[in-house]
Amino acid sequence: MSKIPADLKYTRSHEWLKTMPDGIIEIGISDHAQEALGDLVFVELPEVGRSLAAGEACAVVESVKAASDIYAPVAATVVAINVQLAEAPELINQDPYGRGWILRLKPTAQGADSGLLSAHDYQVLAAEG
Amino acid sequence: MVDFGGWDMPVAFGSQIEEHHAVRNAAGVFDVSHMCVVDLIGGRTRELLSRLLANDIARLKVPGSALYSCMLNEQGGVIDDLIAYYLADDHFRLVVNASTRDKDLAWIGAHATQLDLRLLERRDLAMLAVQGPLARQRTATLLSSEAASAVMSLLPFHGAQIGDWFVARTGYTGEDGFEIMLPAGDAAKLWQGLNAAGVRSCGLGARDTLRLEAGMNLYGNDMDEHTNPLESGLAWTVAFAPTQRDFIGRAALELIRARGSEHKRVGLVLQERAVLRSHQRVIVSGGGEGEVTSGTYSPTLSRSIGLARVPISTGASVQVEVRGRMLPALTVRPPFVRHGRPLIQL
Repeated sequence: MSKIPADLKYTRSHEWLKTMPDGIIEIGISDHAQEALGDLVFVELPEVGRSLAAGEACAVVESVKAASDIYAPVAATVVAINVQLAEAPELINQDPYGRGWILRLKPTAQGADSGLLSAHDYQVLAAEG
Repeated sequence: MVDFGGWDMPVAFGSQIEEHHAVRNAAGVFDVSHMCVVDLIGGRTRELLSRLLANDIARLKVPGSALYSCMLNEQGGVIDDLIAYYLADDHFRLVVNASTRDKDLAWIGAHATQLDLRLLERRDLAMLAVQGPLARQRTATLLSSEAASAVMSLLPFHGAQIGDWFVARTGYTGEDGFEIMLPAGDAAKLWQGLNAAGVRSCGLGARDTLRLEAGMNLYGNDMDEHTNPLESGLAWTVAFAPTQRDFIGRAALELIRARGSEHKRVGLVLQERAVLRSHQRVIVSGGGEGEVTSGTYSPTLSRSIGLARVPISTGASVQVEVRGRMLPALTVRPPFVRHGRPLIQL
């Protein structure tokens, strides 16, 4: 059974989001997603400073099996990327909610996260496959 | 788990890449019981296989020896690829793909009845492939000393009947090892014994990356009924000599050979950090297009490799359309890796 921490928000496209005290959003992919993708081999990250529209593809995680886009959940600016993933994409497999974080975004506007799922709702989604 | 020709099969038990490295560096075991084992029994079996197989069954002179071959239709298209084992003069064994089982049995059966042969599908047998540089010796530790010495003395591409088991020194990984056909009821115990002897459980995912590094075709991806062996990197398996052997597909292949193939199979090494996948478009400089037939990430080379069908004039480099971008790839002659060593200059 994959881990779904209760204190995070989730998307239908299997990203997790953690809102930090300063309003920055950290994003990665869920344990369920990394299990489904299998061994990750490449991660393509955006430039820091890039502006993203809500729903825009902003990173790619690629496993032996498949490539998968990461989407910006809200309109935002990229403020940090996990540069360690370039050399060690397997961090996403090993620690998807910790050392496997992918990028940090600064939202352009407040309170635009209404489409996000709670851990409970995401669990239902993940169980459906 | 994934559905594979009607079989529920694990893609990986844990990390597919670790499973891959285990086979390159030590030993791994694959459950390949989905492969279809068919025994052909009767006095005219050689005559049948001489007609059905593009490779020459006459090359099998010693009981236990094995032959890799394509089975062709009249147009020279590949119905399936298989291994044929010579067990006795009136008993040959074929191992064919799971995905092609029904049409293979129908095709072989139609030709076998004319020669009064019996076709026996061995659903009672499981098959485990134990592969890697330490595979043979670790397998041998589980056998009686007599059986161990019999299997350790097998030459490559030879097998031996050991009681109810048939053990062959064959595989689909580019490493040494055995493929063991045994009563299905014995398989779990052998699997657990192998695990205890240090042989890692491996799934379909590692099997695919290993066979691709070894430059081996996958039926349905790299060749099928609409492609012939000459353009699929399998010319070495077609025995045109002796000229009087009239195998099915021969006439078509001779025409193709005389005219020259329009396509060839090449290996690809992608020069960027992305992964080749089947059906991606290959663009050849000077015009023409091809297609990636198999692509993956090579754990041994730490980059993406693939097999592609391309125009015959294709040179040393091509562009591949990967997720909307044109990326450069080098064309190489497979295999990419054999016996744990990279064979490609990066």
